[in-house]
Amino acid sequence: MNGAANNSPDSARLVTPAMLLVWALLATLPLWISRLGLYPYIGIEILIWAIYALSFNLVLGTAGLPSFGHGAYFGIGAYAFGLCQFNIAPNLWVCLAAALLAAALAGAFVSLFISHRRGIYFAFMTIAFGQIFWTISIKAHSITGGEDGLLKIARLPADFGVVAFDLKNNVSFYYFVLAAFAVVVMLLWRLIHSPYGKVLSAIRQSETRASHLGYRVWLYKASIFTLSAGLSGFAGGLFAMAQLAAFPDVMSLHHSGYVVMMTLVGGGLVSFWGPFIGVIVFLVARDVIGAFTNAWMLWFGLLFMAIVLFKPEGIAGAWRSFVQERGGKVWKSVAGERLRLLFRSG
Amino acid sequence: MALLTAKGIHVRFGDRVVLEEVDFDVREGEFHGIMGPNGAGKTTFFNVLTGRVKPNRGSIELAGENVTGFPSHKIARKGVSRSFQIMTLFDEFSARENVLAALPEFRDSGFNPAKAVTAEKKWQDAALDVLAEVNLAEKADVKAKELSYGERRALEIAVATAQRPRILCLDEPTSGLGSDGVRRLSDLVQRLKGKLTIVAIEHDMSFLFSLADRISVIHWGQVIARGTPSELRENEWVRRSNLGKFA
Ligand SMILES: Nc1ncnc2c1ncn2[C@@H]1O[C@H](COP(=O)(O)OP(=O)(O)OP(=O)(O)O)[C@@H](O)[C@H]1O
Ligand SMILES: [Mg+2]
Repeated sequence: MNGAANNSPDSARLVTPAMLLVWALLATLPLWISRLGLYPYIGIEILIWAIYALSFNLVLGTAGLPSFGHGAYFGIGAYAFGLCQFNIAPNLWVCLAAALLAAALAGAFVSLFISHRRGIYFAFMTIAFGQIFWTISIKAHSITGGEDGLLKIARLPADFGVVAFDLKNNVSFYYFVLAAFAVVVMLLWRLIHSPYGKVLSAIRQSETRASHLGYRVWLYKASIFTLSAGLSGFAGGLFAMAQLAAFPDVMSLHHSGYVVMMTLVGGGLVSFWGPFIGVIVFLVARDVIGAFTNAWMLWFGLLFMAIVLFKPEGIAGAWRSFVQERGGKVWKSVAGERLRLLFRSG
Repeated sequence: MALLTAKGIHVRFGDRVVLEEVDFDVREGEFHGIMGPNGAGKTTFFNVLTGRVKPNRGSIELAGENVTGFPSHKIARKGVSRSFQIMTLFDEFSARENVLAALPEFRDSGFNPAKAVTAEKKWQDAALDVLAEVNLAEKADVKAKELSYGERRALEIAVATAQRPRILCLDEPTSGLGSDGVRRLSDLVQRLKGKLTIVAIEHDMSFLFSLADRISVIHWGQVIARGTPSELRENEWVRRSNLGKFA
């Protein structure tokens, strides 16, 4: 449904050829990234944002729910990671679990208010809650460090009992995040192609029909929102490690907008890998165009507008239609329709 | 014995009263037709029966259990399925996926991410069987939105029967069908009759009068006439109204 064709054998696999290809490319990234004139650190950022954007797309692309305040959960994860490290236990696994759980808890709370809504009402409420969390992160100075952020967060070692890896060095941390990314990708792929994922995509198409088939629609919406928030928080925890700090900035509305832009530009409405592609394009554009002009966001914004207006299937969709047409087939994009449905409130 | 009983159903939207006081019952195994002029509130009554609209007054009993005000997913799980006057298929899903999503065994498979939909042969086969009953087996892998109008109507019914309901509610199933389509639908309903309890809203009088065991006429927010087709043919109102023109 989302991603490979419905009847493709890939949809029943745990690991697909596409995953192997992506992982292999990413595994060699530290060897060639500097030759492209990019900083190796961008690899870490790409992977963390990819986890975040793929999780976000569970809500946007799979369930068809326009969430525009997702930065809140990413940020909550980052703070939770730091606070856990300072106040509970300086253990990597405990703190990553704390990041995931804190964000999932916030997501579950919010989902109680929004899971009976859809369309533009859903969108507005996610923005409102996002702003509330962002404000708290700035005002709760004694806990979060306010606008200065929560500093001196350490990259805790990855202790597997028999062996422990020190993650202070960017290359080892990169491989740690790559492993996390691989696990998340497998998990999401299975989830989307399970009956649960199928029902989510049914709900995206018609809530009315789904409820008359016996599905408790609000519970599906609440659960996917919670899961998506939790995984976004997990990404946030990794981000706190990457930056050695947590800042309120990532929770702001414009940061929440970034993940929406990445997802749509990449083709998240029609493709599993869309958000990942979008993240790469966004971050590389930031570094490359950003080297020439401070107004790189203007250019990316224009690209975003062009895509929404003319190519809502995004880069992944454009690529797929190109490949199919060369094979003599017609690929009808459903992206425009899906984009429209996102804001239908009925 | 009545399988479904609705008593004194009253529905209003704002200050507009749509259903004044509807009493209605369906017997196990019967085909019960509902007719009435446009805007009489027939679809609204279906919405009440299937939990989409909560009645302002009145009660609904299903097999002796009071189900008034139950949400639609709960009513569906109790064995009431419906088709829609305005079709609401899962447009991006294939015909097979539309039916599959309606299968109770699929619905009850829960949240297990280890299960892959495409790898569950028994679901795929069960869905195909249901499609075969409405002559759609060959179109199983065609997206719902790419089916012809008549095929979409057939798929609507396939989805409703895939739920293996105790009561099947059909909202104007012949609407928009040509005479061929109506004939095929009659055959299908004839085959379902007896196996299932059916309630059908219908404007096509010859369809309804040839198939129904009983018919209720809804008008002015009430059931103004009820009986077997032959009883209704004698009914004053039915004779005078346009609806009686079949005779
Ligand atoms: N949710 C709603 N809110 C407000 N008014 C409604 C709502 N649903 C139905 N109505 C009104 O109730 C009246 C009855 O509508 P309903 O669809 O039940 O009629 P119907 O008998 O099915 O007609 P038709 O034969 O045209 O299908 C109409 O005037 C309609 O506008
Ligand atoms: Mg109607």
